[in-house]
Amino acid sequence: MSTSTVLLVLGAFLASAVEMVEALTIVLGVGIVRGWRSTLIGVAAATIVLAALVAALGPALRVVPIGTLRLVVGALLLAFGLQWLRKAILRSSGYKPHHDEDAAFRREREEAARAGREQRAGLDWYSFTVAFKGVLLEGLEVVFIVISFGSAQGRIGLASAGAAAAFLLVVGAGVLARGPLERVPENTIKYVVGLLLTSFGCFWGAEGAGVHWPGDELSLLGVVAFIGAVSILLVRALRRQRLALVPAEAKG
Amino acid sequence: MKYVRSFGLFWWNFVVGDDWRVAAGLAVALGLTSLLTHEGVNAWWLLPVAIALLLAASLWRETHPTTRG
Repeated sequence: MSTSTVLLVLGAFLASAVEMVEALTIVLGVGIVRGWRSTLIGVAAATIVLAALVAALGPALRVVPIGTLRLVVGALLLAFGLQWLRKAILRSSGYKPHHDEDAAFRREREEAARAGREQRAGLDWYSFTVAFKGVLLEGLEVVFIVISFGSAQGRIGLASAGAAAAFLLVVGAGVLARGPLERVPENTIKYVVGLLLTSFGCFWGAEGAGVHWPGDELSLLGVVAFIGAVSILLVRALRRQRLALVPAEAKG
Repeated sequence: MKYVRSFGLFWWNFVVGDDWRVAAGLAVALGLTSLLTHEGVNAWWLLPVAIALLLAASLWRETHPTTRG
């Protein structure tokens, strides 16, 4: 297995795992409070929409020339990955609160308990729509990452396998725990995923623009190391800046 | 019309996110890389440097609210 293949499977697995943990929290919060039938129908409906997207987009992307595909996918991954990395740096430096799955679960349960009982098409409409939206929105990110990772390297199957492994692990853990997976180091995983998405985006975007990377695929490790080092320096600088601002704010 | 607007807004937030300047900067950096490589310069270094600068600038704007606009 080449370096880029290992990073591709790892990236698809980790990105899918964090998104699925968030979707699981929503589904559990609604299902436990309001019952499982409508909630699971919402999950199934969203899964069908996501599967249809993969089935339609996967083959369609095969007809696009690989250079163009890498440029477009690289640009999208860069824009998308930098959002993740930016938020992860803000969280690590203390400028943004860490994502708390347990708090999200409590909030979801409270909202589910407060919502009215509207029946449509024989379903508890609140449970159906919240589960559908939650799984669809978190799943869209998974689909985007799997398709972009897979298509740019011609390995949609491997990227899908990474996502499928994450699905089995997260759902299995959720069934065993019967609660949110708050022990998953979500913030650290999001940091790593942001780093991988940005690095792959940089590598493929530049290749699509006609660049020949020195050392070919091995330079991907160099890109990961460079962006990783930059992000660590930024976290340290922001931490120092935040701590320096605290006494100034207290005085003012 | 409302649905079209919501749909467009969703994809804008999904891809571009909180700071449109980052996405615009990336587009410029990719364009420059393409231009240089077509002129015979193997500009593999340009995109990583642009990413570092864009990320730092975006974080600076986020943590110094008075400079945001």
